Amino acid sequence: MATTIEEKEVTVFGEEEAKQLVNELRVAYDSGRTRSYSWRVAQLKNILRMCDDSEKEVVEALHKDLAKPELESTLYELGMIKNACKVALKELKNWIRPEKAKTSLTTFPSSAEIVSEPFGVILIISAWNYPFLLSIDPVIGAIAAGNAVLLKPSELAPASSSLLAKLFAQYLDTCSIKVVEGAVSETSALLEQKWDKIMYTGNGRVGRIVMAAAAKHLTPVIMELGGKCPVVVDSDINLQVAVRRLIAGKWGCNNGQACISPDYILTTKDYAPKLVDALKTELEKFYGKNQLESKDLSRIVNSNHFARLSKLLEDEKVSGKIVYGGERDKDKLRIAPTILLDVLRDSLIMNEEIFGPLLPILTLNNIDESFNVINSGTKPLAAYIFTNNKKLKEKFVMSVSAGGIVINDTTIHMAVHTVPFGGVGESGMGSYHGKFSFDAFSHKKAVVYRSFTGDAALRYPPYTGFKLRMMKALMGGSFLAILRALFGGSKS
Amino acid sequence: MKMERVDKELAELRHTFRSGKTRSLAWRETQLKALLDLVHDHQETLFDALHHDLGKHPVESFRDEIGVVKKSATHSLAHLKNWMKPRTFSQFPPAFAGSKAVGRIVLAAAAQHLTPVTLELGGKCPAIVDLTSISSRYDTQIVAKRIVGGKWGPCSGQACIGVDYLLVEEKHAQFLIDLLKKYIRRFYGEHPKESNSICRIVNRRNFERVQRLLKDPAVSASIVAGGFIDEERQFIDPTILLNPPLDSELMTEEIFGPLLPVITLNDIGESIEFINSGPKPLTIYPFTKDEKLKKMIVSETSSGGVTFNDTMVQFLCDSMPFGGVGESGLGRYHGKYSFDTFSHEKAVMERGFYPELEPRYPPWNSFKLKFIQLAYNFDYFGLGLLLMGLKKH
Repeated sequence: MATTIEEKEVTVFGEEEAKQLVNELRVAYDSGRTRSYSWRVAQLKNILRMCDDSEKEVVEALHKDLAKPELESTLYELGMIKNACKVALKELKNWIRPEKAKTSLTTFPSSAEIVSEPFGVILIISAWNYPFLLSIDPVIGAIAAGNAVLLKPSELAPASSSLLAKLFAQYLDTCSIKVVEGAVSETSALLEQKWDKIMYTGNGRVGRIVMAAAAKHLTPVIMELGGKCPVVVDSDINLQVAVRRLIAGKWGCNNGQACISPDYILTTKDYAPKLVDALKTELEKFYGKNQLESKDLSRIVNSNHFARLSKLLEDEKVSGKIVYGGERDKDKLRIAPTILLDVLRDSLIMNEEIFGPLLPILTLNNIDESFNVINSGTKPLAAYIFTNNKKLKEKFVMSVSAGGIVINDTTIHMAVHTVPFGGVGESGMGSYHGKFSFDAFSHKKAVVYRSFTGDAALRYPPYTGFKLRMMKALMGGSFLAILRALFGGSKS
Repeated sequence: MKMERVDKELAELRHTFRSGKTRSLAWRETQLKALLDLVHDHQETLFDALHHDLGKHPVESFRDEIGVVKKSATHSLAHLKNWMKPRTFSQFPPAFAGSKAVGRIVLAAAAQHLTPVTLELGGKCPAIVDLTSISSRYDTQIVAKRIVGGKWGPCSGQACIGVDYLLVEEKHAQFLIDLLKKYIRRFYGEHPKESNSICRIVNRRNFERVQRLLKDPAVSASIVAGGFIDEERQFIDPTILLNPPLDSELMTEEIFGPLLPVITLNDIGESIEFINSGPKPLTIYPFTKDEKLKKMIVSETSSGGVTFNDTMVQFLCDSMPFGGVGESGLGRYHGKYSFDTFSHEKAVMERGFYPELEPRYPPWNSFKLKFIQLAYNFDYFGLGLLLMGLKKH
C-alpha cells in the first residue's frame, strides 16, 4: 500500500518489547556470564572509565536538565559513583566469599555456610534529581552481586536519561546490562514482567504502584522514598558552623530537591531570631545578593514542580511568614532560597515533602516539644539535630524513627559506605551503599553439610518416651540432661 | 464486626508500641521467659492439641515445634543484650507463612501501606539421591532413613521444608524404593494408619486436595507403595509413586502430603536442569559424596537453602538464615536473623563542630573543587600540596 506522505517510524515499547528484553536478560544471566568475578570486575572498571571519560558530557546534561552547578555534578554524582566502584572493586572478593556459620550440638556433626547468590534479573527504576548517582549506584550493587540489570532512568531528566542510555551501550556488556528510556507506559510495561528484584527510587505514591506490581510475582523490592526530614536546632551550639552545614544540605543539594535535604526546622521561640539572622548572613556569603540568578544553585526541575512550590508559598496560612527570599522566575524555573518563620503545623508546606528551596521554621516553647511534632508525621528518610546536649542527643536517637540520623551535620551519611542508606515506614524499605548494596542484590543461601556418621535413632519413629526425653535433653544442649536421659531416671 | 475488632486491636498495639513499653530489654526478656513458661507449663495441652488437629505424636511435636520454640526463645534470651547494642530500631513488619497464592494477596495488601513483608512460602523441595557415590550398606541405610524421616516425619509431608519428590538414576531406582519401603515399615508398622507416630491430613479441604492428586489415572497407575486411604479419618498412607507424568498436578504443585514421587534420570547430573526448570524451592536435599556434584548444585541451582546428606536439620541451626527465594519466599528468620528481620537498622552519625572545612561551601571555585576531589580520593599528600599552594587547580 503506497503512501505519499513519509511516515516517521515510531518504535512503541509495549508488553511484547518488555517481555523480549527480560527474556534476553534471563538468557544472559542463565548463561552464567554475570556470575564470574572477572565479568563483575570488568563492568565496574568500565563504569569508572565511563565516569572519567564523560565528565564533561555529564556536567552538561545535568546542567541542561537541572541547571545543576558543576561542582555538585562532579562531586555528588560522579564523585560518589566512582567511590562506590572503588569500594566494590577493593572489597568484592571478600563480599563474594561464603560466610561460615556456627553449628551446634543439636546437628553435630555438620558444617554450614551462607552463600551469596545473585537474584538473577534486576529492574532499577531511578529518579530525576540525581539522575546519574541514583541510576549507577544501584547498578553497581546489582553488578557486584552478579546480576543482569535493566535500568529505567527518569524521563523528567531527559538529557541525563539519553546520555545514560548512550554511555551504557558504549561501555558496558549490553547482553546483561540494558537501559530503557521512557515514561509511564514504558514503566508499566516493564512492571508487568517478572523480575527477581526491583529497586525503586522516588515517591510513595508510585512506590505503592511498583510494590503492588511486584507482589503479583512475589518479587522482593527495595524502596528508596522520601519524607519530611526535620532539623532540630538547639541553643548553645556553634551557630555559624551549624547554619553552614544546614545550607549545604538544603540549598547545596540540588536546591532542596533531594530526598535527604533538611525539609523543615524546629527550634525555640527564643533562639529563632538568632538562627534566622545567621541563615541570612551565611546565605548571602554563599550565594551573593542576587540569589535568584546564582549559578551555584540548581533550578526547579520543571513547571509542574514550580507550580507545586508556588502554591506552597501562596497558601493563606503562610502569608506574612516569609522572612527571606521568596523571589520566583517562572520562565527560568527559578526560586530563590526562601525562609518562612513561625509556620503553623497545618499549613500546606508542612503537609507534604517540600523538595525545593523553601525552609519553614517552626518555633516551640521548649526544644523537647520537637519530638511530638516529628513523631506525629510519617517516618522520614533522615532526621537531623544540632546540639551539644548529651541527653538530648540520646533522646533523639532513641525516640526519632528515621532511615538515618545525623547529629550536628546534614546529609553526609550518604557518603559513608559503612552505614546502610535506606528508609523506614513511608520513607522506604531496604537499604544500600557499600556492602549493603552487594547484600541488597544477593540471596543469602543457607548451605548445611552433613556427614553420614553420627546418625541418631532417636530422630526416627516409632516414637517412645525415651526418645522424647533424649530429644528434650539434646535440644536443651545440656550434657547433664543428656546423661540423665541416657541412663534412665524418672519420666519427666 | 470482625474488621472493627481487627482495627481496634491494631490501634491498641500501636498505642502500646508508642508508649515505649516494648522497647526495654526487661520487657522483651519478660515476654520471652513467659513464652518459655507457657510452653513448659502447658506442654501436655499443646501435645494434645496437636494430636487432635493432626494426629501428631508428642515426639514429633516436641522435635519440630515445641522444642524448636524453646530452643529459639532460649537462644534469643542468651543473645538479646548483644543484638540490641548499639543499634536502635522501630518497626514491626508482618510475617507470613503459607502458600504462594495467599502470599501474593498478603504482599499486595502490604503494598498499599508500603509495609515491608517477610514471606515464608514453600515449593517443591527435591531430594537428589546419588547412589553411584554412596555405595556402602550402612550409608545407603542412612540415606533411606533420613529421606523417610524427612518426608513423613514432619506432619506426614505437610511441611514447607519436607521432601516433596525424589530424583534418582534409573539403575538405582528399584533398590532405593525397596529400601524406603523397608524403613516405612520399620517406622510405621504394617498398617501406618494404626501407628501413633504419623500425622493425618489437617482438614477435609486438604485431604480432598491430596486425594485429588491421585485421581489422575496415569498418576494412580504409578503407585508402587502405599496408596491406602481412610476417608473417615482423613488419613493417607505413606505412598511412593514411580515416574508419574511430569505434567500432572502431582508434579506441578507442591504436594504438602504423604505422596512421594520418584523421578528417574539417566545421569544424576540431569537433576540440576530438572530442578531449574521449575520455580525455586525452599530447600534442596542432595544425598551425595561427589564433591564436584556438590559444588555444581550449590552454584547452578537457586533455592532458599541446600542441605547435604540429610533433611530438615537446617531448621535447627540458629546461626543459619531460614527463608526462601523467588516463589519460595522473601526475607528470612531464625536466631539473630529473627531479631534483624523485625528491626529497622537505623544509621546514626555524629559529627563535632570542629574541625570545619571551608571548601564544603559555596561560592564554588576551582580550588574548592580540587580540594574535594582530592579528599574523595583520600589523597592526603595531594591535599597537603594544595593547601600549601603547590598544586594547580
